[in-house]
Amino acid sequence: MRPGIAFVVVMGLVASATVATAEPVASRRDQLRDMVAQDCGSCHGMTRKGGLGSPLLPELLAQYPAEGLIETILDGRPGTPMPPWKSMLSRDDAAWMVAYLLGEVK
Amino acid sequence: MKRPLLVAALLLLSACAQPLRGTGDLGLVVERADGRVMVVETTTNSMLASVPGLGDLSHAALVYSRDARFAFVFGRDGGLTKLDLLTGAIANRVVQSGNSIGGAISQDGSLVAVANYTPGGIKVFDTATLAPVADIPAIGADGKASKVIGIADLPGRRFIYTLYDAGEIWIADLADPARPALTKFTNIGKLPYDALITGDGRWYLAGLFGEDGIALLDLWNLDRGVTRILDGYGKGAEPLPVFKMPHLRGWAAAGNEVWLPAIGRHQVLVVDKTTWKEKARVDVAGQPVFAMARPDGRQVWVNFAVPDYNVVQVIDVPSKRVIKTIEPGKAILHMEFTPKGERVWLSARDSDKVVVYDTQTLEQVAELPAAKPSGIFFTSRAHRTGL
Repeated sequence: MRPGIAFVVVMGLVASATVATAEPVASRRDQLRDMVAQDCGSCHGMTRKGGLGSPLLPELLAQYPAEGLIETILDGRPGTPMPPWKSMLSRDDAAWMVAYLLGEVK
Repeated sequence: MKRPLLVAALLLLSACAQPLRGTGDLGLVVERADGRVMVVETTTNSMLASVPGLGDLSHAALVYSRDARFAFVFGRDGGLTKLDLLTGAIANRVVQSGNSIGGAISQDGSLVAVANYTPGGIKVFDTATLAPVADIPAIGADGKASKVIGIADLPGRRFIYTLYDAGEIWIADLADPARPALTKFTNIGKLPYDALITGDGRWYLAGLFGEDGIALLDLWNLDRGVTRILDGYGKGAEPLPVFKMPHLRGWAAAGNEVWLPAIGRHQVLVVDKTTWKEKARVDVAGQPVFAMARPDGRQVWVNFAVPDYNVVQVIDVPSKRVIKTIEPGKAILHMEFTPKGERVWLSARDSDKVVVYDTQTLEQVAELPAAKPSGIFFTSRAHRTGL
């Protein structure tokens, strides 16, 4: 029994350590790029220069911790029209999206 | 000797020229990702021309000149383009701000006003030349610049619009364009996200995102000020996430009823226009974006925000029942009825096509390829207040 438990624990650690950086698969990345352009774009502009929502340009976003940006995508901003996207996006999706908006991934 | 030459020259000319045609069955389809618009005609459902070079057309809107020959296209990048439907060419273009959302044309057709986000305010141009006429910043009572939404034309050379951040409704009177006169209504409610004017030009409604309710202004009785209707229409229920802002401009009036997308609930609200009380609610498939009445007011067509944007529902107005749910394509962004309503055109962004439905049979009758189409605008708008 013991080796089995140890194995599970180790796997759990590995999984949690990689959660923040697990990159979505290529087909999902295509969908996420589309979402940024179209769905984020409907309020923030397709060129991300802002609209009813604030601009999402890299130099502006870089002022905030990435974790806070991920939370904003997943949970929205109460009191503003920014909705929580967690019903459509996983944490990995949101983390990749933030990196994409910051220009860190293509 | 001269006459045969003249005849020959005339024949040559007429052979080169386009045949004469009207614009009453024409329209434009925005291809938003490519900064391009299609000139289309609705008699045989075809494309006549494709016009590039209009800049960033995400969330593009447009209005028509009163002769329905020219369109004034408002781009997200602040571009204002005057487009000739008959030649399929750009007649004039200016970049007038950093970020705009829409505009309106005056009752007499002489002025076009653009509503801007950055810097917030409206700018007014001569429709003949696109020369600037007036620049009216939107500084709210709080002293801050505000984004402008929900602009519409009023009788006389007047425009009405709403300040999103400040929560105010303003009327700009440009009877003397050099000295615009402003009438302001403050404290109308939190975060008005869009507005509409009824086709008779009497009622202006601003939907509030920050509160459950709608701000109403009686334009025939301005001294009564802004009142609140549908106050707390969602009270007691946890609002659902709104993944795309509803649009009120494609408003639906059917007889004495106004049909409005609810905010944060999957319902369309029916309001009695004589009492401004809620009359009914119709449950629908998602967060409604547009609720648009067929021109005869017998049907209301509804499209939805992501993730429910592949379906469109048709509501029968007398019975207030959804009579059909259709799936015309992927990501249905907009709908436009032909002038008498026998057909409706729908833009399916992610299917890269425009789909045409018969509104009697509720069956598809045609489709046209289009690159990421968004707004569809037919020239019948030229003669309607607020469109």
